[in-house]
Amino acid sequence: MKTISFSILLLVFSLGVAAEESVDLQQANFDPGDRASILQGAKHFVKYCLGCHSLKHIRYQRIAQDFTIDNKKVLADVAPQGATIYDQMITAMNAHDSMKWFGIQPPDLSLASRSRSADWLYSYLKSFYTDTTKPLGTNNLVFKDVGMPNVFWQVQGEQIATYTEDDGKQEFDKLVIESPGTMTEKEFDTMVNDLVNFLVYVGEPIKQERQRLGKYVLFFLMMFFVIAYFLKKEYWKDIH
Amino acid sequence: MKVRLAACGNWILERFPLTKLWEEHMAHYYAPKNFNFWYFFGSLALLVLVNQILTGILLTMNYKPDAQLAFDSVEYIMRDVNWGWLIRYMHSTGASAFFIVVYLHMFRGLIYGSYKQPRELIWIFGMLIFLALMAEAFMGYLLPWGQMSYWGAQVIISLFSAIPIIGDDLSLWVRGDYVVSDATLNRFFAFHVIAVPLVLVMLVFLHIVALHEVGSNNPDGIEIKKYKDKNGIPLDGIPFHPYYTVKDVAGVGVFLIFFAAIIFYLPEVGGFFLEADNFIPADPLKTPEHIAPLWYFTPFYAILRAVPDKFAGVIAMFGAIVVLFILPWLDRSPVKSIRYRGAIFKRALFLFVISFVALGYLGTQPATPTATLFARLFTSIYFGFFLLMPVYTRWEKAKPVPKRLTKEPSLDGLIPALKAAYEEMTIKPDNGFVLFGSTEFRKPNPQGIRNVLVRMAKKFKASLD
Repeated sequence: MKTISFSILLLVFSLGVAAEESVDLQQANFDPGDRASILQGAKHFVKYCLGCHSLKHIRYQRIAQDFTIDNKKVLADVAPQGATIYDQMITAMNAHDSMKWFGIQPPDLSLASRSRSADWLYSYLKSFYTDTTKPLGTNNLVFKDVGMPNVFWQVQGEQIATYTEDDGKQEFDKLVIESPGTMTEKEFDTMVNDLVNFLVYVGEPIKQERQRLGKYVLFFLMMFFVIAYFLKKEYWKDIH
Repeated sequence: MKVRLAACGNWILERFPLTKLWEEHMAHYYAPKNFNFWYFFGSLALLVLVNQILTGILLTMNYKPDAQLAFDSVEYIMRDVNWGWLIRYMHSTGASAFFIVVYLHMFRGLIYGSYKQPRELIWIFGMLIFLALMAEAFMGYLLPWGQMSYWGAQVIISLFSAIPIIGDDLSLWVRGDYVVSDATLNRFFAFHVIAVPLVLVMLVFLHIVALHEVGSNNPDGIEIKKYKDKNGIPLDGIPFHPYYTVKDVAGVGVFLIFFAAIIFYLPEVGGFFLEADNFIPADPLKTPEHIAPLWYFTPFYAILRAVPDKFAGVIAMFGAIVVLFILPWLDRSPVKSIRYRGAIFKRALFLFVISFVALGYLGTQPATPTATLFARLFTSIYFGFFLLMPVYTRWEKAKPVPKRLTKEPSLDGLIPALKAAYEEMTIKPDNGFVLFGSTEFRKPNPQGIRNVLVRMAKKFKASLD
């Protein structure tokens, strides 16, 4: 027991040593109020991500409700075949298979935008590169040795890492597209942004509503303060 | 009808001393008339306590204290329960607000000597409240069952195992398991929702009863009860109700504006109120890269890490809190308020504030060798402030204390001075861009800003003497 707790503490005390090597993140560029972008992102998610990752904290109905779209339209446009409107966005891949194939169960992404950040997700999705030493043939700049293949290889094209020689040591320079995919760079950026926009929405579906309400609450409280202030002044005018 | 209602009221009043209670604690409780900004935080702490209890009760209606369900039930509250997100954010923001308000409340006590004779017991009750609040916050933080909840609890509970001989058994007893688990979650839930809140409410009651027995201190640190009129009412006292009730209501307005701004626009406060790692469900097999408690514990966490030996670190951490309890007996100065105290205390307090804030910052950072060095320095200052107090407060040359309260400049009296400073720090452009017809954008004036800063620094330096 002592050893366990001691090693935990040791780990805590040695944080500086284990600090993550940081990569400069690219900035995602999307408008969280852009419904079309979020819906497009939802479609991309179903097409590229839902095969392995779930979003168990969101239902198709919630998407329909939040964007005031007809339930049937969401089922036809967004949801995979066979899903009902009350279903959560759960992957069809079972845990047993994923353990066999990837050695890990792909994490649920409902809160990915809150545990990471929009910029992190954007950079991560754009930072896969060919690395033949890895079992899946790809590696990632932002998440080193990630157990996930590049699901965008067809649209993004093949990306490789280039290095510069510095005193005989290889230093990473940048990622370049070696063979172009079916999308232009701009189209691909838009797609990733839409996807990130959708994940940000799923992270906290109430966010837009919360910010909309905030204005009224603050206005009310300011009025409350003004009245309370003058009330205080009135009561205190005879105190010297 | 009216007669019957009055009869009903009288029936109660004949059997319960409602009028007496009201008069003793509100309408005829005489508080010094010169309370300033620092005196808002007591009533605000009460407000936040009520907020935490009410939102907490609502949260328990949908929260599941079960390692399998806890994390998802919080997300369920955030998404599917009507207004659940608001209740949860009010509770999570309230937790941090509680500590902000309580730290400021304690600081008030420190600068105006509110802990000194005859108010030692109020201070001790207050410290017990602070201790209970820390226990409450620590156990509440486990409940969302995120990665930080889990590993934070793991680290802190494992501290008990540093105690010689009984350590291991003690931490096992606290956890109810060899690691933090469902058993731990369940007992923390029980403590968080009923045991500690009961203790807290009781202590708050005692804190206020003790306060109303001896009467409030004030920014001048003078006992107003020494000068009474022929009716036995302190000359410098005013009834708490209505004067301070209306004043506190205005203070509540300002507080709620900040509180609501955070809830509606910035509930995570950049990871300070809600940590990013806590949006990942607890995973006993995966230690997060960087385990740090929430901001309100970081000064004490930094002290823990600053001490090289584990057990000594634990003692230092708890010692940092224990030393606050004996503060009334460490301070040997005959004067209460900082206004009339000597330069030594003011400088010591200034160093203490810097070291407390710095420790708070260092506690959020990875413990690199440089950071540890600084943490040790500030830990020494922290303890030096308290433990050397019996010595340096004796050397202190106090200024003469007036017999009656001095006039307190009102907060809104500061507005003209602020306006003047703003005008000095900015230049009015010749053909400036005019907004809404009257307001003009003013450009910053580097010379003016320098002047104002130099003046502020000089004034501050002078105030340390």
